[in-house]
Amino acid sequence: MPAPASQDAVPPDAMAAGPLTRRRFLTYVVAAPVLTVAASSVGGLIAPGKAHAVVPSPPQPENLLDLGDVMVAATKQAEHLLVLEVTTDNRVVFRLPRAEVGQGVTTAFAMVVADEIDARLGDVDIPLEDARQDLGTAQSTGGSSSVRSLWDPVRSVAADARARLITAAAERWDLPARDLTTRNTAVWAPDGRSATYGSLTEAAAKVSVPAVSSNPKSSSEYRLIGTATTRIDARSIVTGSAKYALDVDVPGALPTVVVRPPTLKGKVKSYDASAALKLPGVVAVTELPSGVAVSAKTFDQALKAKSAVKVTWGSGTVDGVSDADIKARLAAAIQPMTPAPPLTQRVDANFSFAFVNHAPMEVGSAVADVQSGSAEIWVASKSPTGAQSAVADAIGLSADDVTLHVVRGGGSFGRRIYYEPAVEAARVSKAIGKPVKLMWTRNDDMRHGRVRPRSQHQLRAVHAGGEVLSYEHRSSCVELDLGSGTGQALVDAGYVNPTIGAAFFNLSQSCPYNFGVVTESLNEVSYDMPTAAWRSVYSAQARTAEEILVDEIAKALGTDPVAMRRKFLKTPDARAVLDKVATEGKWGRSMSSGTAQGVALHGEYRSIAACLVEINCTGNKPRVTKAVMALDVGRQVNPSGLKAQAMGSLIDGISTVLLVGNHLDEGAFREGSYSDFKYARQADAPLTCDVHLVGGSGKPGGVGELCVPAAAGAVANAYARATGDKPRTFPINF
Amino acid sequence: MPSYAFKLNGKNIRVDAPADMPLLWVLRDLLGVTGPKYGCGVGVCRACTCHVNGSAVQVCMLTAADVVGKSVTTIEGLAPQGGLHPVQQAWLDEDVAQCGFCQPGQIMQAAALLKSKRNPSDADIDGIVNVCRCGTYCRIRKAIKRAASTM
Repeated sequence: MPAPASQDAVPPDAMAAGPLTRRRFLTYVVAAPVLTVAASSVGGLIAPGKAHAVVPSPPQPENLLDLGDVMVAATKQAEHLLVLEVTTDNRVVFRLPRAEVGQGVTTAFAMVVADEIDARLGDVDIPLEDARQDLGTAQSTGGSSSVRSLWDPVRSVAADARARLITAAAERWDLPARDLTTRNTAVWAPDGRSATYGSLTEAAAKVSVPAVSSNPKSSSEYRLIGTATTRIDARSIVTGSAKYALDVDVPGALPTVVVRPPTLKGKVKSYDASAALKLPGVVAVTELPSGVAVSAKTFDQALKAKSAVKVTWGSGTVDGVSDADIKARLAAAIQPMTPAPPLTQRVDANFSFAFVNHAPMEVGSAVADVQSGSAEIWVASKSPTGAQSAVADAIGLSADDVTLHVVRGGGSFGRRIYYEPAVEAARVSKAIGKPVKLMWTRNDDMRHGRVRPRSQHQLRAVHAGGEVLSYEHRSSCVELDLGSGTGQALVDAGYVNPTIGAAFFNLSQSCPYNFGVVTESLNEVSYDMPTAAWRSVYSAQARTAEEILVDEIAKALGTDPVAMRRKFLKTPDARAVLDKVATEGKWGRSMSSGTAQGVALHGEYRSIAACLVEINCTGNKPRVTKAVMALDVGRQVNPSGLKAQAMGSLIDGISTVLLVGNHLDEGAFREGSYSDFKYARQADAPLTCDVHLVGGSGKPGGVGELCVPAAAGAVANAYARATGDKPRTFPINF
Repeated sequence: MPSYAFKLNGKNIRVDAPADMPLLWVLRDLLGVTGPKYGCGVGVCRACTCHVNGSAVQVCMLTAADVVGKSVTTIEGLAPQGGLHPVQQAWLDEDVAQCGFCQPGQIMQAAALLKSKRNPSDADIDGIVNVCRCGTYCRIRKAIKRAASTM
């Protein structure tokens, strides 16, 4: 595909493909002894949105094509993408080409499959697909796009399978297929006879043309979709049997940890492992590009031996660089603001956001068993094909020789787009000729893991006569490494480095308000640092800054923040979620001194959310005491999962605005664990959090990252109203 | 290597372990009990929370010697085999878990709290400092209150 002419163009075939309604999926039976249905797709992609105007703003690129659309397109282009199998023991198995890191995608697709094929939810299995090079970036998890990109094809394969099962039963019973019904993982005849899917699957595999429609159901027929459902893996989680990478039982796998450099990306000059190798249980010491690995019989022995390895370190990539240096360069990189015209007034504000580690609860970890000519890897990866290729490169195999199992992940928030532990584990396993389970310590994760880039924002709104005439947002950030997952999908779609960050920014940013002439730009400043997309990516800072400015514009115009937003919002959907939180949260109720409400909203991923919080700033540290959120995410698959994502995003908003960030001191991150990386605890969380789902028609939008900017904006605005301060640097307590 | 005897999830066991080996690794690497998770190794994140004689402790901060003659309960032993403790049931009813990694520790902490306080206040619940990076705190609070009402 040719590269677009400019960074804000959309991929040519995406625009030419026509509206969303034309997309359909070809389903077909895979040659197999039991019913196995696959899908590939044909048809179009996108439908531009509509806008209402005060001082109308033309559509921004995000309005026309967003990142999720890129993922939808990537998914669409993968042939033989999805495979659904009905086993003879009556299990409906759909191998999900995505990661499960807590976002609930296995539960969502168990519900979709069960609903569409008419199986009991408990009869559906959603294993995570091994890395498959034929899927490429279509196997990536990111951009809040999993449900969006798989909604149509998964329903198509399940509906096709159901039609073939009915046809097989009709042939067995010699009854008209149209008289048969399906429920509870079985086909039913009018006389009450039934046959389980498992008993029909071999016959169904031989059905060449289904005798009944294989179209997906209409929404009025849904039994499960739209019904709050507990996670399908909840029982395994609460009983401790859920397996993460380091819980997988690979016989003989040696616990392995890595001695890492004192500064970011420092290199090993030389090392002396003689003392370490004499310690009990130590099996091997291996030099890696990233440090020195110690493998032992237990993690305790490996950790103790790690301290005994003497390493002479070379310099890192940002030695001597601290936050203040970066702030100065970021400020210098911001494009100059347009001067305000005469007879107008303006509202200006500058913001800065600190680095933030992803800090998932499960540290980086992977298991590797490299044999001569083949390798097997277990890792929680959101970019399994990228991980597979990187492992293969590192150990001199082809990707086809590497089997990479995607295991459940203990959180990600963007971190598991990258897969350093898998590559390190594979290198060590190859070097020592034994399987290894490699773990980053919490210190490793904090000091050498990836971070949300530090960013700087300059905002200006020009107003006259109560109208906003123009709105400008100039920003800069440390370069975001987008070379994996969704970023790679952008490259595949024709966006090429080095404009990938700008392309991502343009495809994710749009101002929801009619603020006249809107200008938004991002300049990235290059540092060789480990960065990665952090939940909500650029929007987490950019849209939060904008929502703070909206409150300050309201103040300048002498308007209430909710009334101000109602007036300028472009769409009724946006006003609906705002009105919902204002009503449910009793906006404007009388609050005592030092406490206040704050509100903000954010639309992205074809969804929109509003958040209202109450904050108490009278104690030792500010506490959000109450939250009310409203989301319109289009079609709701699992309301319980959707609300969980909103609540988690709220805690991210509270944390990143009030509490948590990483200091860069002389080329190294200062924070080492959750003692100084002060992510919210129970005592920082609101006592109540009510999430309201509104709307609900059409196709599902994205939700995993949706609520972070709305929550962060609401917390900052509440803080400003409670204290009278104008928050400018985040986190506020840093 | 010294040998230590204690009760683990209701069974008397004996394990040979270095004297200074954290109980977390004794459980995970020597005994194959993987419910308690490593999250920091310094007693801060509390993903490894278990019970010793019914009280919540961070097993990354103890050694096998510390629990000799005592009863250690991990998430696997909180309820009888195949059953659920009321706290685990409340966790299902409130659909608390997201990634799930911290939840064994959260549940053990909540179960210990409910043992000492039948109806914990919001301030008592605020005293739980186990990290949940997915931010399930609001549902944890509701689940603890639900469990309190059923126990």
